[in-house]
Amino acid sequence: MKWETVIGLEVHTQLATKSKIFSGSSTAFGAAPNTQASAVDIALPGVLPVLNKGAVECAIKFGLAIGATLNRINIFDRKNYFYPDLPKGYQISQLARPIVEGGALRIQVGDSERTINLTRAHMEEDAGKSLHEDFHGMTGIDLNRAGTPLLEIVSEPEMRSSAEAVAYARALHTLVTWIGICDGNMQEGSFRVDANVSVRPVGQAEFGTRREIKNLNSFRFLQQAIDYEVRWQIETLEDGGRIEQATVLFDPDTGETRMMRSKEDAHDYRYFPDPDLLPVKLDEDWIEAVRAALPELPAAMQARFQADYSVSAYDAGVLTGSRALADYFEAAAKACGQGKLAANWVMGELSATLNKAELDITQSPVSAVQLGALVARIHDGTLSGKLAKQVFEGLWEGAGEVDAIIEARGLRQMSDAGELEKIIDDVLAANPKSVEEFRAGKEKAFNALIGQVMRASKGTANPAQVNDLLKARLQ
Amino acid sequence: MSLSPDDVKRIARLARIEIDDVQAQATQGQLNTIFDLIATMQAVDTSGIAPMAHAQEVTQRLRADIVTETDRHAAFQAVAPAVENDLYLVPKVIE
Amino acid sequence: MSDASLSALAAQLAAKQVSSRELAQQYLDRIATLNPSINAFITLDADKTLAEAAVADALIAAGKAGPLTGVPIAHKDIFCTDGWLTTCGSKMLHNFVAPYDAHVIQRFKAAGMPSLGKTNMDEFAMGSSNETSYFGAVKNPWNTTYVPGGSSGGAAACVAARMAPAATGTDTGGSIRQPAALCGITGLKPTYGLVSRFGMIAFASSLDQAGPMAPSAKDCALLLNVMTGFDPNDSTSLEREKEDYTRDLDQPLTGLRVGLPREFFAEGLNNEVATAVEAAIAELKKLGATTVEISLANSKLAIPVYYVLAPAEASSNLSRFDGVRYGYRAPEYTNLDDMYCKTRAQGFGAEVKRRIMIGAYVLSHGYYDAYYLQAQKIRRLIADDFSAAFKTCDVILGPTAPGTAFKLGEKSDDPVEMYLNDLYTIPANLAGLPGMSLPCGFDAKGLPIGLQLVGNYFSEAKMLNVAHQFQRATDWHKRLPPQGEASGARSEG
Repeated sequence: MKWETVIGLEVHTQLATKSKIFSGSSTAFGAAPNTQASAVDIALPGVLPVLNKGAVECAIKFGLAIGATLNRINIFDRKNYFYPDLPKGYQISQLARPIVEGGALRIQVGDSERTINLTRAHMEEDAGKSLHEDFHGMTGIDLNRAGTPLLEIVSEPEMRSSAEAVAYARALHTLVTWIGICDGNMQEGSFRVDANVSVRPVGQAEFGTRREIKNLNSFRFLQQAIDYEVRWQIETLEDGGRIEQATVLFDPDTGETRMMRSKEDAHDYRYFPDPDLLPVKLDEDWIEAVRAALPELPAAMQARFQADYSVSAYDAGVLTGSRALADYFEAAAKACGQGKLAANWVMGELSATLNKAELDITQSPVSAVQLGALVARIHDGTLSGKLAKQVFEGLWEGAGEVDAIIEARGLRQMSDAGELEKIIDDVLAANPKSVEEFRAGKEKAFNALIGQVMRASKGTANPAQVNDLLKARLQ
Repeated sequence: MSLSPDDVKRIARLARIEIDDVQAQATQGQLNTIFDLIATMQAVDTSGIAPMAHAQEVTQRLRADIVTETDRHAAFQAVAPAVENDLYLVPKVIE
Repeated sequence: MSDASLSALAAQLAAKQVSSRELAQQYLDRIATLNPSINAFITLDADKTLAEAAVADALIAAGKAGPLTGVPIAHKDIFCTDGWLTTCGSKMLHNFVAPYDAHVIQRFKAAGMPSLGKTNMDEFAMGSSNETSYFGAVKNPWNTTYVPGGSSGGAAACVAARMAPAATGTDTGGSIRQPAALCGITGLKPTYGLVSRFGMIAFASSLDQAGPMAPSAKDCALLLNVMTGFDPNDSTSLEREKEDYTRDLDQPLTGLRVGLPREFFAEGLNNEVATAVEAAIAELKKLGATTVEISLANSKLAIPVYYVLAPAEASSNLSRFDGVRYGYRAPEYTNLDDMYCKTRAQGFGAEVKRRIMIGAYVLSHGYYDAYYLQAQKIRRLIADDFSAAFKTCDVILGPTAPGTAFKLGEKSDDPVEMYLNDLYTIPANLAGLPGMSLPCGFDAKGLPIGLQLVGNYFSEAKMLNVAHQFQRATDWHKRLPPQGEASGARSEG
């Protein structure tokens, strides 16, 4: 039987506010345990929540960025359950009337593009952390994270492969960091993905029973977990088994998913509107001010890069993978006026070198203006591709500006016909054998001669020109 | 309607309140008299009536996004049943 | 001293006839004598009280005294009080020393009013007799075999016995007004949102409201001036201009339209209470008021609605008591879940557990619409009845409770019988309206009878005006419990 995979993602993004969603505690990561847990965060008797305007503004930004409906009146509810990292015994979340409903995100898988629809995005508070290292058989609870604002972003179950799920997660990651509502740090848990996965026979209309893989904190784990889960579900069904709805965890060490032991209770969260918080009203003026302050969004920028800089859709997609990368590219392209060539350099030499050095674009030792100057020297013929790489190395090492490096290292491309012909004459005279072989029909001998010319010019000869001159001389 | 002993055990479980069979039975009787009282509101036609969640028709005030709290964990943990290394200790959590 | 009004005490302090320390000590002495038979206090700490009184004396000496600086007050043990045991009447918090002050406590501290101690109450404010307290029942000073009402039973009893010149209370379904009525004092539940709930341990968040309890309406007006005010830490606190609640006390009642809800004078009302209330109406008429019959047709549903909404909110509010961060933790357990279940089974009393379970049930899957949502809709109908009524009257009047104080143990085995005590007080909480109770007579057993006023939103000054004028014409609020006087006399002798 042929099977189809159905995936929907729920992504918890920590909002990049200074203070928590319902208290004035800092949200900074990595503080000593419980030093950023205020009376409200640890739920002392009698304390009350007051909503952080910054968190609401982040949610508005997101809603505008995905073209969603912003609920002008939205409501906080209590989700009741007991867990030691949940101090109040309930999580303040939004159920019936979330701040954001609908919207869509474009994703790219290989050469094809798809639109994934979003169901909703709602504000809620994060829980604390359970530290499982052994305190004489006890667990330690750190509530620093409790109350950190989250936007939970829920997609429709519209993805049909792990590759699509990863592409969606990446696009979402790009967007939330792009608009500055999330720092995107997956190691620190700023962007956590839950994947709802089911399979069904191709052609079947109803969905299969889903299992939810919790808390995936890297794109690689997301892919591995879904791939494992899909295989497991298909095997189970083909062996005549049934899928039970369940919450599972992914173990990166084994590459497998397993049922969570702690969630055996049938959940009954007893949601109801939080009486401590009033309906949240979004004024039109506020929404318009947030809209006006939004940066150009990745999809718009991708289209503009295609139009303005003649780059392919794919390249434009790569270049808008992050706002920093897009800004870098655009600055470089503007500096040289050569978008396509600048794009090749940004995605080629620069990206490769950054990768090797484990740096991101914001840490690049070569500035966008420098890279633009380099591209300009390629375009005006001063540098060949090969020479340009040497100049790039100079830039990377901090040896100065492009023209200075060219001068200092004698890397100017030799394009003077007279000078080149003189070198060619010398090379032909010194290599009569190769000349003979070429004339006898050996194409290889021609390449050897070109190599000799390049060597004699210390690599500065314009390769295209050498090619033409040499051909002319040998005919 | 009336609650069964299983209903009583289910809600005690939801509320994390230990209850044995004898207590469940006694509780069942009391809760049922209370629910008989509550049942009188069920005959009321409330179609078209908007639920009232708050006493005042006002909307949520928003707090500026600034850090106002300082570290008070020593004072807070002075009243905690079990603390070690500044962490609250609970019986082992199994995921 | 023991029957002096707050303004008289303040005048004595201002005239340096007595210091705040001396005054506090006098009350502490009286508490030492009377409290053992009344049990109105859970926590007393003379050193702290006297230290706060010394601060007040310094303020007075420095000429920085406010209207009530130096006058001591007792606080219901539902308000978190920095450095004081704050138990909410529960074993769950029997060892909880609050690390912060409730907003209300901050206000009284800022006003220079020393705390005499923390008063006894029904556990987590759930009760109408003060018998659910982990720290034992409070006795009614008018007859110690009777209940003082609840949940602010300790507050009402200590004021009635003049162990404190005033006290704070909280009212979710009548917890200020009903004990005020049963103990023969004056108590006011303000409009929801006027007094900050920050630091007041939550029972039912959308209904809870703190207010003053004292012998007279004038005292309550002075206390309300201290208690009310915007608090940015409570999202439901209202941003309003500060009012002087004493401003209209001396206005005549000529032309006042008093609404009499026919449902509050129907079946279930004790005859002696009805007679006393009728007499009070006659008195108000003499003072220039007119009466108009009104209907609060849906108020008969207030009790069922309340016993859905309040337990629902409470079941969630009380989830934080889990033995992890403060308070009681069961001594023995086998795992995390067992720790939760045993801690909560042992830490909460029977009534609290009952209400938590009712709340969990009405919110649970499949029952939410039939119970919780239906109750919220009827809550609106009840509030709408009041809006309609206030088109034809200025203040609504009726009995505070259907009867006078009942005997200790008389209703403690029958929750429904107990709940019916709040028949007349709950509607104001559901609507968020201000309500007050003031003494209007005694039954044949010598137990006090309370008269209830319910006003429109923010009409506290008007209600206090009506009550004050009534109290100028009557002396019910000046009567002192015979037993209290007797015990007091013995101690002095």
